[in-house]
Amino acid sequence: MKHAVFETNVVILTVAILITVSIGGLVQLVPLYTMESTIEKVDGMRPYSPLELAGRNIYVREGCYLCHSQMIRPFRDEAERYGHYSLAAESMYDHPFQWGSKRTGPDLARVGGKYSNDLHAAHLIDPRSVVPESIMPGYPFLAENDLEFDDIAEHLKTLRVVGTPYSDDQVANAAADLKAQASGDEDEAEAVLTRYPKAAVGNFDGDLARITELDALIAYMQMLGRLVDFTTYQPEKDYR
Amino acid sequence: MATVERDPLTGTETTGHEWDGIKELNSPIPRWWVFTLWVCIVWGIGYVIVYPAWPSLSDYTRGFFGYSSRAELASELAQVKASRAGWLKRFEEASVVDVAKDNELLNYAMAGGRVIFADNCAPCHGSGGAGAKGYPVLADDDWLWGGTLEQVHETIRVGVRGTHDDTRDSSMPKFGVDEALDKAQIAAVADYVLALAGGSAGDAAAKEIYVEQCEGCHGEDGKGLHESGGPNLTDGIWLYGEGRDAVMAQINNPKHGVMPTWEGRLDGVSIKQVAIYVHSLGGGQ
Repeated sequence: MKHAVFETNVVILTVAILITVSIGGLVQLVPLYTMESTIEKVDGMRPYSPLELAGRNIYVREGCYLCHSQMIRPFRDEAERYGHYSLAAESMYDHPFQWGSKRTGPDLARVGGKYSNDLHAAHLIDPRSVVPESIMPGYPFLAENDLEFDDIAEHLKTLRVVGTPYSDDQVANAAADLKAQASGDEDEAEAVLTRYPKAAVGNFDGDLARITELDALIAYMQMLGRLVDFTTYQPEKDYR
Repeated sequence: MATVERDPLTGTETTGHEWDGIKELNSPIPRWWVFTLWVCIVWGIGYVIVYPAWPSLSDYTRGFFGYSSRAELASELAQVKASRAGWLKRFEEASVVDVAKDNELLNYAMAGGRVIFADNCAPCHGSGGAGAKGYPVLADDDWLWGGTLEQVHETIRVGVRGTHDDTRDSSMPKFGVDEALDKAQIAAVADYVLALAGGSAGDAAAKEIYVEQCEGCHGEDGKGLHESGGPNLTDGIWLYGEGRDAVMAQINNPKHGVMPTWEGRLDGVSIKQVAIYVHSLGGGQ
């Protein structure tokens, strides 16, 4: 067919564009509705605890993702430095995900448990006090700001709207769970650990009298990458 | 369409558009461009055939090569492991002490340990084990939990106040906060500790408090006990700051460092390598 037919007839041109774009769109979109799931089946993944969620909100607010990725790619150098590659399942409760696209600092997908709470606190307040060669900015105000969490239950409810399976029990106890996790007392936090297994309980910023933004951020980071049980995960099933 | 008009000079068709007597030529697209376009299309078709490409309703085409980035990583890591198998086997079979006695293994461990240390340990202990306030120096001969190769290896493996069942654990009582000692007693025993560090005998009354409260972990002579993690008080090395105020603060409400458990995060061979590296930093016993 002569190209001039399309160029000189606006109706034909419009219809042809519609057909072309539709094919591209349908091929990408339809499988997402018909496939059962593109997320690996794993043990251990759970919604974030209220304190972790509050910390995650601070992580997003401060733009940590601009310099730190949370995405270990399936390459040898990354596997040897950071551990198992990230699974889709590990960000299934992220709204939005924090994969990032820039690594000025190291990847944080599996930073949980790698360093002590003290180190995180000192490092976030003044990175060069512990890592002289660091170029990360300091966030001393996180230790000064009290965490605002009177609306934490609403956060959980909002996430329920987009599909995060928080139970009524978890929503009802959100504020209490948040305080208990930051109490540093394992007994007090027993209920938190039942509702949110593997949550890091601690006195994260070294100041028990207050719950600061620093407490929340460290609680979030100490959880990162530790939820999925890799002893029961069979990677062969999800080769892609 | 009107009849095609040709430019008399070049013989090329015109589009029929005219501005002030100037007519637009309808030159064909350059040959090289058309050629590149077709090459890309052919390449694209080939790509779609050999690599995963088209989604279907419940799956996707795997492609002729059956390529998977995850499978490729697994086979690459398996190859690496196989190529290192000889070394790894020797590391696994030998105790950390025997590894250090074997020159060949020692060189291998030092190279590997240096890299492992830089990523995992240096954030707290500093490059080269220089330490920081609250984070022990690894390049001196003051060891909280013992400085033999075996002890260093064990400390790395289980961590200090970590998550391992056998983790190194010690906890100095909060003498001031829990009101076991009053302010004057804390000051007296701090002076006694500083006297010990300075090599003198110290006050007899304060010694009584020391014997009763501190000796169990720090030893009669204040030189510390590795079994209980009680630091040496006489070597002039103060983890949480030197001077009377810092010592009193530590007696009043002690700080306790945490070192993560590395078993499970690092494999056994890596722990041996990094233990040997740390031991070599200067102060290994």
